[in-house]
Amino acid sequence: MTSLAGPVESAPLMGQVVGKSPRQLAWERFRHDRAALAGLLVIVLLVLISIFAGVIGKYLAGHGPNDLFQREMTDEFGLPLGPNSDFWFGADTAGRDLFVRVLYGARTSLLIALAATGIAVFIGVVLGTAAGYFRGVADTIVSRVTDVILALPLLLLAIGIAAACGTTKEGCLNGAIEPGLSLVVFIIALFSWPYIARIVRGNVLSIREKEFIESARSLGAGNVRIMFREVLPNLIAPIIVYSTLLIPSNILFEAALSFLGLGVPQETPSWGRMLSDAAGVFDVAWWLMLFPGLFLVATTLAFNLVGDGLRDALDPRSGR
Amino acid sequence: MAAYIVRRLVWVIVVLLAVTMITFAIFYLLPTGDPAVRFAGKSPTPQVLEEVRRQFGLDKPWYAQYWHFLSDLTTGDKYGWPGLGFSFDTRIPVREELLERAPRTLSLAFGAAIVWLTLGVTIGIVSALRRGTLLDRAAMGFALFGVSAPVFWLGLMALWLFAETGGGPDWLHFLPGTGYVPFSESPSEWFTHLIMPWVVLALLYAAFYARMTRGNLLETMGEDYIRTARAKGLTERRVVFKHGLRASLTPIVTMFGMDIALLVGGAVITETVFNIQGLGAWAVRATFNQDLPAVVAVVVVSAFAVAIMNLLVDIVYAWLDPRVRYQ
Repeated sequence: MTSLAGPVESAPLMGQVVGKSPRQLAWERFRHDRAALAGLLVIVLLVLISIFAGVIGKYLAGHGPNDLFQREMTDEFGLPLGPNSDFWFGADTAGRDLFVRVLYGARTSLLIALAATGIAVFIGVVLGTAAGYFRGVADTIVSRVTDVILALPLLLLAIGIAAACGTTKEGCLNGAIEPGLSLVVFIIALFSWPYIARIVRGNVLSIREKEFIESARSLGAGNVRIMFREVLPNLIAPIIVYSTLLIPSNILFEAALSFLGLGVPQETPSWGRMLSDAAGVFDVAWWLMLFPGLFLVATTLAFNLVGDGLRDALDPRSGR
Repeated sequence: MAAYIVRRLVWVIVVLLAVTMITFAIFYLLPTGDPAVRFAGKSPTPQVLEEVRRQFGLDKPWYAQYWHFLSDLTTGDKYGWPGLGFSFDTRIPVREELLERAPRTLSLAFGAAIVWLTLGVTIGIVSALRRGTLLDRAAMGFALFGVSAPVFWLGLMALWLFAETGGGPDWLHFLPGTGYVPFSESPSEWFTHLIMPWVVLALLYAAFYARMTRGNLLETMGEDYIRTARAKGLTERRVVFKHGLRASLTPIVTMFGMDIALLVGGAVITETVFNIQGLGAWAVRATFNQDLPAVVAVVVVSAFAVAIMNLLVDIVYAWLDPRVRYQ
């Protein structure tokens, strides 16, 4: 395997000169990026929260995500009541514990965003590599399709699909697409792979002209081997960076769909849906928009910080 | 140049044909109910359903309906030109509703565009020229927050803080709440109702533009011709604005064209949060209610906007970058 290492940092003048792998160099740069480390910490916390949402909810708050507390937590007009010692984040419009639901919301957000990003990255890498490597017709098709998808009003199309497939139990296309979490993942992946494909294609186009590809070919390596063993290893850095940056935009995508009432099913706690509930009572229930919103912003901010940090660490030339 | 524009206009028509056909296909491919049943109301007799279908042409195959739509669009229908048909849902001519709603979306989109372009590009330039300073870091922190915060959350928080009906501190409530007042009715009301949506919508874009302007300008300022410009004794101001900015703004122009075009097709979320009944809110409602004529109308408007903006962007390009020539 060949690797395109960045410029080697100047070795200390005194003492022994120690060779460092590109990975070590990148980690050293990342380690000194305090903003990125803070982002990483937040992400670790969020992952822990989403894994242990049930346990935390049960022992800290003592409520389930769908337990109703209408008598305790709504007033005589049916409006939710604000935070108190028992309900730290107050209640939502149905009288459920907002704290517990916000914790579970982390699970929904991360699960959907990670699954959708994973699928999008897979499709994007495969199609982008094929387009850049084979050029010609393959490139024309992939490039035109990405151009078209990136130029469409995505949210409207997503709404169209979500409305057509998500409003009845049968789903659409004769039941091939069913409503629920998988539909949301499918829609988000469908509209986010072109970003990755475009970046991968551009990189492959330049890498395929390098000498080491030529030498691999003269050694008798086939197309598949060259693509997976020679080209792709050199793309790991940009793929990691742009996948990390795609996660927050997919989190916001899910939240936007749920905000419009087209995302995850009703009983699944989702930050976007909580904010949509908040829209109806924004004048009285500030906690209903503050807490889910803060968690949402903290999550996307954390992923953006880590993504930026990774880009700076993995590609020293990018320079901020 | 003239031949170039003609060719681009032909392309506009091709794009319009493609997107409207896709819309028709999707609408018929993903069925979730019968629009005729919806229109005919509670427990209609078969005769009534038959009549509704015949009147809207729903009894014909989709390609026949598409053809009918195309000929109406080009030659007009009984409600005027361009013929966009009759809404299954609101039961008024689509053209009428489009004309009613378009000014709202246009006011929102162009107002926000002015805000984000000024804000984003200014922040980007200052940040690039003062690279590494506290000012730069604060500006980039703001930009990062801008790309991370969802519009609907910012909108709700803004309403809570600043709207008359909001729940925040009273002394901050100096803006009216949600809704829209036409410019012709009261310019000042129009303005005060739109300030919040403009700023909230613009924040996200401003953040992107600031990051992009900063990155491009930093890159350009490292080019050889900038060194040449400095060496021949130009003032720093002239170097930055005449030589540096010009080259770094071209990608921004492309982005701006696309962004504005997509917003003209409806700023769905902002319109929903601030209850501005523009094209975006209409499209959402029509999609939910399977109101095909309305959906198609919005799609036509936004595809048209995308195509026209692309053309404008290319023309501006030639002016910004003398190396670009069209034949």
